Amino acid sequence: MFELLNSHYNYFAVMLLLGIGLYMLIESRNLVKKVIGMNIFQTGIFLFFITLAFRTGGNPPIIKEGGGPYVSPLPHVLILTAIVVGVSLTAVALALIIRIYTEYGTLDEDKLKQLYYD
Amino acid sequence: MIEHLPVLLVVLPIVGGAIPLAASLVSDRAGWPVATLTLVGQTGLAGLLAWTVSSSGTVSYAVGGFAAPYGIELVVDGLSAAVALLVAVISLGVLAYARKAGPHSGPFYGLYLLLVAGLTGMTVTGDVFNLYVFLEITGLAAYGLVASGRDASAAVAALKYLIIGTVGASLYLLGVGYLLAATGTLNMADLATKLGEMAAYDSTLVLTAFGLMVGGLTVKVALFPLHTWQPDAYANAPDTVSAFISALVSTVSAYALARLLFSVFTVDFLTAVPVARWALVGLACVSIVAGSALAVSQDSVQRMLAYSSVSQFGLVVAGFAIATPLAVVGATVHLLGHAVMKGGLFAATGVIERKTGATTVNGYAGMGSRVPVSAFAFAVLSLAMVGVPPAVGFVGKWYIVLGAVNAENWPVVAVLLASTLLTLAYFARLVERLYFAEATIHSKPDEAPVTDGSGQAVSFGMIAVVVIAAALAVVLTAAVPTLEHVLRETLIPVLNQ
Repeated sequence: MFELLNSHYNYFAVMLLLGIGLYMLIESRNLVKKVIGMNIFQTGIFLFFITLAFRTGGNPPIIKEGGGPYVSPLPHVLILTAIVVGVSLTAVALALIIRIYTEYGTLDEDKLKQLYYD
Repeated sequence: MIEHLPVLLVVLPIVGGAIPLAASLVSDRAGWPVATLTLVGQTGLAGLLAWTVSSSGTVSYAVGGFAAPYGIELVVDGLSAAVALLVAVISLGVLAYARKAGPHSGPFYGLYLLLVAGLTGMTVTGDVFNLYVFLEITGLAAYGLVASGRDASAAVAALKYLIIGTVGASLYLLGVGYLLAATGTLNMADLATKLGEMAAYDSTLVLTAFGLMVGGLTVKVALFPLHTWQPDAYANAPDTVSAFISALVSTVSAYALARLLFSVFTVDFLTAVPVARWALVGLACVSIVAGSALAVSQDSVQRMLAYSSVSQFGLVVAGFAIATPLAVVGATVHLLGHAVMKGGLFAATGVIERKTGATTVNGYAGMGSRVPVSAFAFAVLSLAMVGVPPAVGFVGKWYIVLGAVNAENWPVVAVLLASTLLTLAYFARLVERLYFAEATIHSKPDEAPVTDGSGQAVSFGMIAVVVIAAALAVVLTAAVPTLEHVLRETLIPVLNQ
């Protein structure tokens, strides 16, 4: 068990981030914290991709620097795109939250539900 | 020029969408004409592409000249050409509705065209990560459009949609990561050959990838129990947006699900791992029954229509999961037909609400004589959705049922037949109120019709959209043989039979 933790600690970190993010997203009543949870969840996925790319003894994927094996550059590029997507999602979510706050005067999900269904 | 068609189909609405956004700094009036011009062009291009595909087969395009499997490939076959054409035609049609009804702002039309770009991108792409990017573009534009209503409840609905939709898309992305780990490629065609060779179909890695990707997409398709964002989003968005997204967003997500099933995991996977097929068919059947039951219990007509979508997409996904050529043709016909019918129904609810103020099932009582044209179109569309024979709703369901019978999948046949009765249960109730019940909302002849206080009128274009949708729901049946021919040519290699 301890050996597994030692050799695969990055995957444990991924699972931890996914779990914390999803829990916050579901459990937190505060809308802003929900969005933070969403970000942590996505960060878990980003880390998963980056950790996939690694190989022991791999060089940076630049042809000049003395030959292979290289780490895979593809996941880095994918995650660069995914980060951009994540930032835009956060921006839209926060804009919506500002609109909700100015209208209802609360960020609490339960209070909002009462106001919303009246 | 002609060989760049697939990529132009995505680039055109993005470029067109930037213009109203920039012009809104000066004036909001540029939005509608620019959007119309762009979408007329888009429809032309999509038509040309569909014609090219039907006459000379699948078109593929390497973006930026990087050949697949390393570069991003766009692939247009019969199925994607039909969906791309549907997206272009419906978005052009809804514009006629938006002229009078819609939010009149430049940014609105910018988002509208961005949504068209995202949907078209999802349709033509041949790369699983590219599909994720377009899925998120579609999502972002849809969240913005839902929130574009004046009411703050629209913002609450949009935030709910955003959070659930993002989790769905993120799960899909995680699934892409598992596939990348299993095969080292992202190109759909390349994945189809490498899955099974490099990683066994029943290995944990591939199964997890399947579960995550399909799970993520079913959130976007809004199958029960992952549909919770949908009724709020459809009911609180402005009428134009409800008609637009109810017709297209779930439709294209269901298309993406089909693409994933047939072009990435392939039918061999479904055969090798029966539990995956059963899980998907089971989910679809639960969705059919639960969606209908929830629809029957709704009071608001728009929420009822939203739950009806949950049920109808259950049908479509069941057809895809059965995966015999007949069932897949049926699911595709129902997918396209449902888009026209549901978009038309939402547009009709908008017209009826503006003219009479009626939004609930009880409020619809006696409206048959107050708004004869829209009420008739609404009734025709409802019956088409139930599957009364000459309408396109019948053909789709018929093929799906025949496919299920051929596959000797009897529980599914039972659910499919029951679903027609359930659909009848909630639509017949409405049609009965429209024509055979005493009116509950009265307005004296000398008073202006009751509207929701904003005094919005109804334009000729809005009624025309509703009527054309109703006519299409019947006439499209005539186009089914052509579609079937094109689909069979594309599908037979995919389905291995």
